[in-house]
Amino acid sequence: MLGFGFLYAPIVLLVFYSFNASRLVTVWAGFSTRWYGALLHDGAFGTAALTSLEVAAMAAALSLVLGTCAGFGMARFARFPGRLVFGFALLAPLVVPEVILGLSLLLLFVACQSWFGWPSRGMLTITVAHATFGACFVSVLVRAQLAGFDRALEEAALDLGARPWTVLTRITLPGISPALVSGWLLAFTLSLDDLVIASFVTGPSATTLPMAVFSSVRLGVSPEINALATLFLCVVFLLVALAGWLMARDERRRLFGRQV
Amino acid sequence: MALLEIDGASKRFGATTAVDDVSLNVERGAFYALLGPSGCGKTTLLRMIAGFETPDSGRIFIDGIDVTGLPAYARPVNMMFQSYALFPHMDVAGNIAFGLRQERLDRRRIAARVDEMLALVQMSGYARRRPHELSGGQRQRVALARALAKMPKLLLLDAPLAALDRKLRAETRLELTGIQERVGITFLVVTHDQEEALSVASCVAVMDRGRVVQTGAPAEIYERPASRLVADFVGEVNLFEGELTAGFNGLALVVAGFREPVPLPCGTRLPEGAAAALAVRPEKVVLSHAPPAGFAIAATVSSIGYLGGGSIVHLATEQGMALKAYLPGAAASSFGRGAPVWATWPPDEAVVLTQ
Repeated sequence: MLGFGFLYAPIVLLVFYSFNASRLVTVWAGFSTRWYGALLHDGAFGTAALTSLEVAAMAAALSLVLGTCAGFGMARFARFPGRLVFGFALLAPLVVPEVILGLSLLLLFVACQSWFGWPSRGMLTITVAHATFGACFVSVLVRAQLAGFDRALEEAALDLGARPWTVLTRITLPGISPALVSGWLLAFTLSLDDLVIASFVTGPSATTLPMAVFSSVRLGVSPEINALATLFLCVVFLLVALAGWLMARDERRRLFGRQV
Repeated sequence: MALLEIDGASKRFGATTAVDDVSLNVERGAFYALLGPSGCGKTTLLRMIAGFETPDSGRIFIDGIDVTGLPAYARPVNMMFQSYALFPHMDVAGNIAFGLRQERLDRRRIAARVDEMLALVQMSGYARRRPHELSGGQRQRVALARALAKMPKLLLLDAPLAALDRKLRAETRLELTGIQERVGITFLVVTHDQEEALSVASCVAVMDRGRVVQTGAPAEIYERPASRLVADFVGEVNLFEGELTAGFNGLALVVAGFREPVPLPCGTRLPEGAAAALAVRPEKVVLSHAPPAGFAIAATVSSIGYLGGGSIVHLATEQGMALKAYLPGAAASSFGRGAPVWATWPPDEAVVLTQ
């Protein structure tokens, strides 16, 4: 209980004070939505939020494609050269400290730029960086779902005359869709949340929302930040709830299916 | 020409040989059963016919065409899976239409065919249901309808009744034979349940350790088993091992647990001194309180199992040899446990086995 208190009390307070009328963050002066209004007119945060969403959406899509391929590789091919190494390589980004990940990616991008003159650091590099570790999360989810997927369904489809590609798109992918959806959502939220990696690999042209918040907080906390954080929380909560609901529905279906 | 011809098919998984040089012919319109204990290779053979496994050697012909190298989706064969393998994200109609859609038929014809199949398996009201909303028996019908929808030349059924409860199994068995007659498609059933194989099939092949050990009509398999293994696996049996000797009139079998040699069926042509087994079905054994004329074995009743339509009586001879007899109706009620009885059978109803 104490642990939850420490975790959630500040968040509740933050949401509460986002509706404060006063300019002072810790003094309550009545209900107001003026900071939400101020936020709307503040161009810097707006651009940053847009950048963040754009990066998150692209990174999540990229993660989904790469992670699904990797998950298939791990789940379906029992033996191929370097399978063990590949498996470790997929899990490593989940445990390697973000600072190291960010720094190493930065070095890579710098080296690339000096050799090929591409990519210049900005939105593209952040997207690629986020996609690399997002793909690892997606691959773990896809692999787990594939392990529980009944191969007889694929065989039945083949038997009924479907080509392997049709089997993949009509049977297998719909079958693991909960993992695909929750994987995308997870990659999206991870990208939206990330400050460390993004700060490392970004250039002068791109500022994500967490970066904008972090730099403005260094100059002092304004109630505007509270309002922004509240909105942010809402988006993240919604996505997590959506992912959770999808997974729970899938689980229920499976249990129900077995019962009958 | 047989519809399905398997010519010397073998399949190894690592060190184990799942299917060992099997040759088999299935005639057009037959209801063929592959019967064997689990792990005998019958499912592997079925998967080779469907195209999910490639034989290491040998060839498979369907309707005279060599399909050995063809992928599963190009074979004129459909399969009903043991788990039914219905697509959970499609409704019943979608499941049945799946195979037809792969042929790019036009919508109206697909819809008509789906309705026809639903009517065939008596599931007409269920087109919009999802598989998880159906009972086990209903799922089985949908799986059958889906596999029949494309009018395959050969339908493979992997233990079609295994997942159903006993009463439903008996009903479904009847329906299955009815449907097979109506659609006229050749059925090949794989099962380890001998009752299922004997009751539905027109021809049975018994498999053991990757080989086909006997093929024939169900009655032939049951009445004239070719080996100890078949006699023991198909139905209940008393197996007496012994050595042949010249008897009273013709050959007799000296069995260690009996006081006198057992007479053999007339026309048994085997050399004296050869080892052989005698198979006697429990329902052929006749019990009496007084010693009958001719050959009989003295024994005591060790237990009686009531089966409803009759009883199975377990006997033991003085030398400790066990014996079982099936008595129809209430005939067993006159024998109490521990009572001395005489057991005999018409010698021609027994089968001599050397393998």
